[in-house]
Amino acid sequence: MKEKAIEIERLTKYYGKSRGVDNLNLSVKAGEIFGFIGPNGAGKSTTIRILTGLIKCDSGSAKIFGKDVAKQKTQVLKEIGYLPSEAVFYSGMRVRDVIRLSADLRGIDCRKEADILCTRLELDTSKKVEELSLGNRKKAAVVCALQHKPSLCILDEPTGGMDPLIQKEFFSILKEHSAQGATIFLSSHILSEVQENCTQAAVIKDGAVAAVGSVSELAKVQTKRITIRGIQNLPQISGIHKVKWENDACSFLYGEDINNLIRALATLDLKDLTIVEPGLEEVFLHYYITSAAAEQEEQHTAAK
Amino acid sequence: MVLIKHEIKQARKALIIWTIAISFLLVICILIFPEMGGELTGMEDLFSSMGAFTEAFGMNQVNFGTLPGFYAVECGNILGLGGAFFAAMCGVCVLAKEEGSRTAEFLLSHPVSRKKIVTEKLIAVVFEITIMNLFVFFAAVCAVAAVGESVPWKEFCLLHFAYFLMQLEILGICFGISAFLGRGGIGIGLGVAACLYFANLIANLSEHAEFLKYITPFGYADGADIVAKGSIDTGLAILGMLYGAAGIAAAYIKYYTKDIQ
Repeated sequence: MKEKAIEIERLTKYYGKSRGVDNLNLSVKAGEIFGFIGPNGAGKSTTIRILTGLIKCDSGSAKIFGKDVAKQKTQVLKEIGYLPSEAVFYSGMRVRDVIRLSADLRGIDCRKEADILCTRLELDTSKKVEELSLGNRKKAAVVCALQHKPSLCILDEPTGGMDPLIQKEFFSILKEHSAQGATIFLSSHILSEVQENCTQAAVIKDGAVAAVGSVSELAKVQTKRITIRGIQNLPQISGIHKVKWENDACSFLYGEDINNLIRALATLDLKDLTIVEPGLEEVFLHYYITSAAAEQEEQHTAAK
Repeated sequence: MVLIKHEIKQARKALIIWTIAISFLLVICILIFPEMGGELTGMEDLFSSMGAFTEAFGMNQVNFGTLPGFYAVECGNILGLGGAFFAAMCGVCVLAKEEGSRTAEFLLSHPVSRKKIVTEKLIAVVFEITIMNLFVFFAAVCAVAAVGESVPWKEFCLLHFAYFLMQLEILGICFGISAFLGRGGIGIGLGVAACLYFANLIANLSEHAEFLKYITPFGYADGADIVAKGSIDTGLAILGMLYGAAGIAAAYIKYYTKDIQ
């Protein structure tokens, strides 16, 4: 059985009355490329900040390679390479000095690996950090996060500002690290990025994990993308979300018993019907739309 | 050691500017002494009869016509206030600036314990203050030699040592404040130094406000008082060091448990 790289149990963090994460449970096996998906405010960054020891949780526990993040923080941080969503460095420093400082703080000589990464990411190390564009700041942060070949890479929305070619090179570097045994924990709200690059994923919603599994499993949830041609009105059945009309085609997500839908459609005169597995993006929407619909329904009932 | 070097490198411009500014004003003050000294001789009665102003600056305790007396009041104010502002600025910014400039995420995601971060940052600011004081002392001695006066070593050493202790105390207090701040807080630091300075002036004015001497480091770093008595008030100085130590202890405790935003 593979060692667990990340083990989070009943993790709770509130900022005053505002919820960060609430009773979050998550487990990531060593060697996985794990996607952590959720919109802004869902609790992704709070989870990451607890894992990197920047903030303390109110209750619950977080372990990295079996070590408690709160109690053995320095040892845990030796194993981690962290890429923050907003890379900010000390003004006045040159990129090479920042990279060197990062290595010195770890007490490791990483010059060889740093040079390789800088070349692959086309990063000009002679520039001052305040002269860097968002994308180049991100590249410098990637070098700082990966130059010591960490066992666990925690990446918080890593591709912001990177051009597509550099993004491709970045993911290729990550996959090489993963092939060498490193675990990649990638937080993102760009679902295609997770679907293309991750093997496992978790959807975080309202501070807790709403779904977790392999990316292919997640995409096979009950929700289907249905497209019908030749109808003017939708059948009146529950479980239909995200309806889009385009000319004579109607497309929607359906997340309940498929037999109910087939029976309802059997009464209509259709030109065409397609039922496809949804992409991760649609799965993600499924978790968010169904809860929003439930909330609306609750409000509606309460109003009555 | 890595962080000490990094901090000193980051602060070198401010250190150079403050050191040159204080030294320059101090040297100018000493250079005008021969001209002023002659005119001031025999004016002790006038200076000692200026009421509250005399009391506040301790001008009734020293002879302005002598270099130690002149240095204690005129130069003492420059070094006292300038040094206090510099120490306050160094102390109040050193921890808070990481969050203010959003570099805390970079620094604290490295395997360096918070205790070590606080220790190395503290060493760095103490080093900066020490360097500033040594340079200023050297500049003052050179200026005195340049005007052909003999250096009053005892008074000079006592005054500069008292100002150094005062700066350490303010540094310690502001270092403690820094751990509670989420931004730079230069204004707070300078405000604390200014309040402590004026607290001493008020303490000199009224017997009812004399308790302020137990609060402000300017109480034991009062130039006129030191030159008149030929010593530093050890009790007040020890109390001051305790205040500074309490500030540093607060910084360790707070920073260790602090959520970094």
